[in-house]
Amino acid sequence: MGLVVSAIAFLFAMAVAGAAAKRLPQASTVVYGGTAGACALIALWAAVGLAGGGPDAALVLPVGLPWIQAHLRADALSAVFLIVVNLGGITASLFGWGYERAHHDSHGASQDGPVLPLYPLFLAGMNMVLIAADAFTFLLSWEFMSLASWLLVLSTHREPETPKAARLYIIMASFGTACLLLAFGVLATAHGDYSFAAMRAHAPEAGAAALVVVLILLGAGSKAGLVPLHVWLPLAHPAAPSHVSALMSGVMTKVAVYAMIRVLFDLLGEPDWWWGGVTMGFGALTAVMGVLYALMQDDVKRLLAYSTVENIGAIVIALGLALVFKAAHTPVIAALALAAALLHVVNHSLFKSLLFFAAGAMLTATGSRDLNRLGGLIHRMPTTAVLALIGAAAISALPPLNGFVGEWLLFQAILNAPALSEWSLKIEIAVVGAALALATALAAACFVRLYGIAFLGRPRSRAAAEAVEVGRAMRLGMAVPAVLCVVLGVLPTPLIRLFEPALRLLVEAGPFDGRAYQPWFWLAPTSAIGNSYNGLIMLVVIALLSVVLVLGIHRKASDRVRWSIPWGCGFDGPDPAAVTQYTASSFGQPIRRAFGSTVFRARDHVEMPAPGDTRPARLSVTWTDPAWLVVVEPLSRAVTWLADRANRLQFMTIRRYLTLMFLALVVLLVMVAVTQR
Amino acid sequence: MTLLLATLYQILQMVLVLALAPLLTGWVRLVKARLVGRRGPSVLQPYRDLLRLLRKEVVLARNASWLFRSVPYMMFTAIWLAAGLVPVFTTQLALAPTADLIALIALLGSARFFLALAGMDTGTSFGGIGSSREMMIAALAEPAMLMIVFSVAILVRSTSLAEIADFMMSGAVGLRISLALALIALVMVAIAENARIPIDNPATHLELTMVHEAMVLEYSGRHLALVEAASMLKLLLYMALIACVFAPWGMATAGSGVMAALGGVLVFVTKLAVGGILLALFETSIAKMRVFRVGEFLGGALLLSLLGAIFLYVSRGV
Repeated sequence: MGLVVSAIAFLFAMAVAGAAAKRLPQASTVVYGGTAGACALIALWAAVGLAGGGPDAALVLPVGLPWIQAHLRADALSAVFLIVVNLGGITASLFGWGYERAHHDSHGASQDGPVLPLYPLFLAGMNMVLIAADAFTFLLSWEFMSLASWLLVLSTHREPETPKAARLYIIMASFGTACLLLAFGVLATAHGDYSFAAMRAHAPEAGAAALVVVLILLGAGSKAGLVPLHVWLPLAHPAAPSHVSALMSGVMTKVAVYAMIRVLFDLLGEPDWWWGGVTMGFGALTAVMGVLYALMQDDVKRLLAYSTVENIGAIVIALGLALVFKAAHTPVIAALALAAALLHVVNHSLFKSLLFFAAGAMLTATGSRDLNRLGGLIHRMPTTAVLALIGAAAISALPPLNGFVGEWLLFQAILNAPALSEWSLKIEIAVVGAALALATALAAACFVRLYGIAFLGRPRSRAAAEAVEVGRAMRLGMAVPAVLCVVLGVLPTPLIRLFEPALRLLVEAGPFDGRAYQPWFWLAPTSAIGNSYNGLIMLVVIALLSVVLVLGIHRKASDRVRWSIPWGCGFDGPDPAAVTQYTASSFGQPIRRAFGSTVFRARDHVEMPAPGDTRPARLSVTWTDPAWLVVVEPLSRAVTWLADRANRLQFMTIRRYLTLMFLALVVLLVMVAVTQR
Repeated sequence: MTLLLATLYQILQMVLVLALAPLLTGWVRLVKARLVGRRGPSVLQPYRDLLRLLRKEVVLARNASWLFRSVPYMMFTAIWLAAGLVPVFTTQLALAPTADLIALIALLGSARFFLALAGMDTGTSFGGIGSSREMMIAALAEPAMLMIVFSVAILVRSTSLAEIADFMMSGAVGLRISLALALIALVMVAIAENARIPIDNPATHLELTMVHEAMVLEYSGRHLALVEAASMLKLLLYMALIACVFAPWGMATAGSGVMAALGGVLVFVTKLAVGGILLALFETSIAKMRVFRVGEFLGGALLLSLLGAIFLYVSRGV
């Protein structure tokens, strides 16, 4: 534990170093190197602890409010998320180091604000949330994490969209913290003790617990991006520099998931059956809406941020299922669902970081995040293209990569729904399963679109035609998560084994309980009723068949190849804009028409000039975001209205102020009299 | 010994599906031709077509990348493996525990993912049209397929295809509304996934109506041969899947001996012949629908399969 705390202290030292020496050329090397080292240390500590049956280290620091000290504790659940956060930290540092150097080289000096001092602070804040063991420390770390990431978003303040994104982010972050504050307040009401240990010991009564469930879904959900509280996420995540976007999207949302798990599974005690139902419903809505939004985006990083919303939906579905099965006293199935959630947490942090890095590489190489200005990058950036293809295939849940394993486990948990007794839950789980399947299939379409438009085809702008491959550090930063995506897809069981202490802590069972024979390369959870999956054998068989196929074909077939110009309907000049190839919007059109016309009221407008007129025909697409209409606009109207009313208080006579003070005193005295009686 | 036999059966199955796939396509084409009053080509014509394509040179678009050239191999392998996983003449297959029905669907999804990418690689409009429509169709067909799996899996308590076939053969299921709904939905999905009428026309090259053919328009030579062979395999796979889940009779099971397995092969060929006739009858009696009606067609399949799953959840106190 001392090790973790000193590593976090070291991150603070790195922040100071970054602030002090940002003019020096070696500063970024020192800061990113130091950050990666500290992260590696914490991740290693957590992994060793988990392998040894789960760490349980506690520490009380004599800081904070005078009568309450700062309680820190790292148990098995913290350790799982410490691994996720710090693994993300290591790869982001590696990539960020290269990214920063590339951007310095091209501009002479960095255009952006101070990333160097804030970056270690952001990671320190996330680590602190995970080891906090009382409400004060937790909320303080939570706010610290939010503010550090908010400042990082603002570091690109020269871009026109950033201020709007930052404003929305700070509003939603304050809203989330307020909800969490209230939730912890309700949890501590009975005994007035704000440490997690006391909350765990005194489970709240049913009404209070219901309130906490709702508040935590709102509070942590707004940080994680649950629909309809997701509105800030696709604006704020892409605004930051790419390695910070990766951390915000791939890792910070997982810290919010950690908060949900900590409260719903640990602090609240025995769950009620409807908690899981509500959680699952939110998850299903989030998964489907998130990917539909993603399909409408032309901005690479915004598309990825919306895809994060979708994946958070899948994770929350798994959490809801685990809650349902925990409430139904079927712990082995609950362990299966929770294992699916944790596995997807790790998987998503890996492939989402990888894809954000790839977006950063494209941005470095072409200066653009607009899909309609990219294209053909597979020829110009071969390594990035291969690594991004692994990421796109993994996030589309294609076997034998890691995304599929999480989905497979989740579907096996869903298939256990007949074990439940509530009919409404059974029907809900069937519908949630359909929603999840729909979201997965749409995600594949979404990433075919992203990869096909950005990397394949012909360049859509001069910058894309002249792009050059990024440097070695950036490529290495992408290669590490890509390799892990493959390894975890082929051998997921050791990782699930590693997480077992956390599962035992939360649902008192493991997914492999009661299995006599459990080979490490075979995925066959107990409650999956004899179903099994083996990515390793699948990979070997695919490789074998490919070899047979290639040898067989080339023995028989002609080897001649002729290169030629494809027929482009007459438009085939050297001008990239005059090439008739599909754009991001045209690729999305069938799906937009099938789904978007009802959900987003998407409409295509065709402006066709009269015959003989030489103006080009134009097609424009309009769509409205229901979440803005339902959540953001009423919320912002309410805030403005309240601010206007409160404004009147500033223009009153001294007599009125005195009256107000007197009235307030009377009200307080009455309240004291009533409550003390 | 059991493992050795299972491996032998597995290899036999891989070879069998590969050998029979063009024959099935040729058979469907022949029956269709007879139904509309033509004589039609020989059932062996698809083999000749494939050989002819193999001997031709490959013409590549100027800016085609390595992805375009390797996708035919990748998708063929994925579909071949998937076809090898569906029990056709015996449930004793070595690879049965490696992948269940969910993994099988995902494997077909991989093949489609890469083929759609290849369609976009040459940078022509046709590839884009085909890829985007194919992904739209898949976005509805795949969840419908998974819901069908749910219905079956709730009844059988397993998603392993071998266990499903064993259970269905035992006759413990009886007639169920959910299964009927699942069968209708599965047939609808199979029609869409194999680009058959009324979703797509495998014989057309009219650009406005093409889906699958538009996606593979730039392929030629051995690459085209692989893509075509993969479509034939996929048709066989879906027929085998329907047969395996809804009509598994005649398949060899654990401990039923080699002769039973050989008998299973004959029964399987008969099933394919009947399936081919039914498909040809259906295709000649219906007109192709507009591309944007496909959403309604597959949305119907999705709802039917969901309804089937919900019926089961409600009717069974498992």
